[in-house]
Amino acid sequence: MTTASKILCIVERAGPGLDDTAWELLGAARALVGDGGRVGAALLGEGVGDLASELARGYDDVWAFDDARLASWDGEAYARAVAPLVAREQPALILAAHTNLGIDFAPGLSVRAGVPLLPDCLALEHADGGTFEAVRAIYGGKVHARYACTPSEQGVMATLRAGAFAAAEPGAAASGEIHTESLADDVGQGRRPVRTVEPEAGEVDITQASILVGVGRGIEDEENLEIVQSLAEALGGEVACSRPVVDKGWLPKSRQVGTSGVTVKPKVYVAVGISGSFQHVGGIKGSPFLVAINKDARAPIFGVADVGVVDDLFDVVPALEEKIREAKG
Amino acid sequence: MDIVVCIKRVPDVAEADVEIDRSGLRIDDSDLSWGMNEWDTFAVEEALRLKEEQGGTVTALTVGGEDDEEVLRRALAMGADQAFHLQDDAFSASDALGVARVLAAAIRKRPYDLVLTGAVSGDTGSAGLGGMLAGLLEVPQVALATRTSYADGKLEVQHEVEGGLERVVELDLPAVVTIQTGINEPRYVSIRGIRKVASVEIPVEGAGDLSLDAAALAPQVTLKELFLPPTGEGAEILEGSADDVAEKLVEKLRERGGI
Repeated sequence: MTTASKILCIVERAGPGLDDTAWELLGAARALVGDGGRVGAALLGEGVGDLASELARGYDDVWAFDDARLASWDGEAYARAVAPLVAREQPALILAAHTNLGIDFAPGLSVRAGVPLLPDCLALEHADGGTFEAVRAIYGGKVHARYACTPSEQGVMATLRAGAFAAAEPGAAASGEIHTESLADDVGQGRRPVRTVEPEAGEVDITQASILVGVGRGIEDEENLEIVQSLAEALGGEVACSRPVVDKGWLPKSRQVGTSGVTVKPKVYVAVGISGSFQHVGGIKGSPFLVAINKDARAPIFGVADVGVVDDLFDVVPALEEKIREAKG
Repeated sequence: MDIVVCIKRVPDVAEADVEIDRSGLRIDDSDLSWGMNEWDTFAVEEALRLKEEQGGTVTALTVGGEDDEEVLRRALAMGADQAFHLQDDAFSASDALGVARVLAAAIRKRPYDLVLTGAVSGDTGSAGLGGMLAGLLEVPQVALATRTSYADGKLEVQHEVEGGLERVVELDLPAVVTIQTGINEPRYVSIRGIRKVASVEIPVEGAGDLSLDAAALAPQVTLKELFLPPTGEGAEILEGSADDVAEKLVEKLRERGGI
């Protein structure tokens, strides 16, 4: 087995700081880089000097692109900005997070860089003959797949699922080298930011709820929502949901938990008829006590839940509501 | 506006028990129903909506075998003006980039202003096609669109970014946009609607028609094995009647401060 001599991680910001995935990419890279190899971070944004110093506590090199054109999340600008850096530094492996931003820039960058792409990896390792092997979740997470990837002459790119790789701890001293990068002329062409849209405030703020009953596709029909509303009432909690329920217009977006919805930190989360896509689970923080009720024993939600019931939610949910009301007197 | 929409036929696994077949490389799909990838139905609808507003044409493309023609017919029944079936034995082993190359070659053959495709596919879930197409066609792109509108030669697209936020961006055309579920309400297609397009001829284009050589189609990413997700570290599964598990759940919730 070989090891990569140079790895480039394209890190993401979150609010004024770094996204957790910035350190997860480093953790993954450290496990794959060879002795004496270097792990670099590409950091894009406006006024990112402090973040560059923070990254230098873990990364060997930090390539900082500091420009107003990079102030907002813009996958097109990211791909155009990073492509020349890739061409110059020739990393054997490019890593990014499989987030909404990663989905926006990674496929285009992989084509520009002339490298094959392994998207949304749960695991990534070196295999025989200079190849890489990745584990991915397919068919909505019901099946896992191992893929082999032969790098091109230019290398290979992989995007990593948030939370799937252990984060590396930054050191005390910012010992990495910080390099100031200039932007290619075509950055900002073709696509321009207009405005950011804040989520509409709902009548209930589920981010503040300590008990949430989340409902998903398994509820089948709008009128069936009544049983989860009754369960939430019995528990003294609020109703939340996964994406399909919002897509159908049954509940407002302000109740959607997930990476494209609301991030919640309840003490208890009861997932009813929710399969447990990574986009949904990614919005549940703070390690709540997670109960899953789903008739499909293969639903990925059972992989992350504390307690599961594999049964028809239309039997279990009313029974649970009744027992809770009895227990509460 | 001339719009190309790239669609795919996938098995519906949302409510199904998925088993791996003996080859270890495929799921057992004998009991599964197949149809247009959910995200792609929204992409077709969005293309039709833009066309109805702005004029122009909608062309549907898919890469696949005989059976996959079904989704093109569905797109025609929804209202697409024409469809092309990109079919060749040489495409069958292609990886995601190979499929993107096939589609890009077919798109380049005709005038287009906009390429739409579903943001994700329900089978491999790579979410990579749109970005790869844009890279190959050398046009701008935006992923995960939740609204599109067109005015004065520019397409305004609202899309999902991080932290539950959405952003509006303006795109020069031609461009590629990947479509999220929920952006619209895909129109219902009746059996009569499908019958009406049953006799429409759907041209087939192969590697030769698209001037694609073996090198462009050679896969760099290959599937080694499928396996069921490990369940060891998963949930403690409660067994019994609905009343039994409800009682056990009440105990657990009480321990954890839920009651």
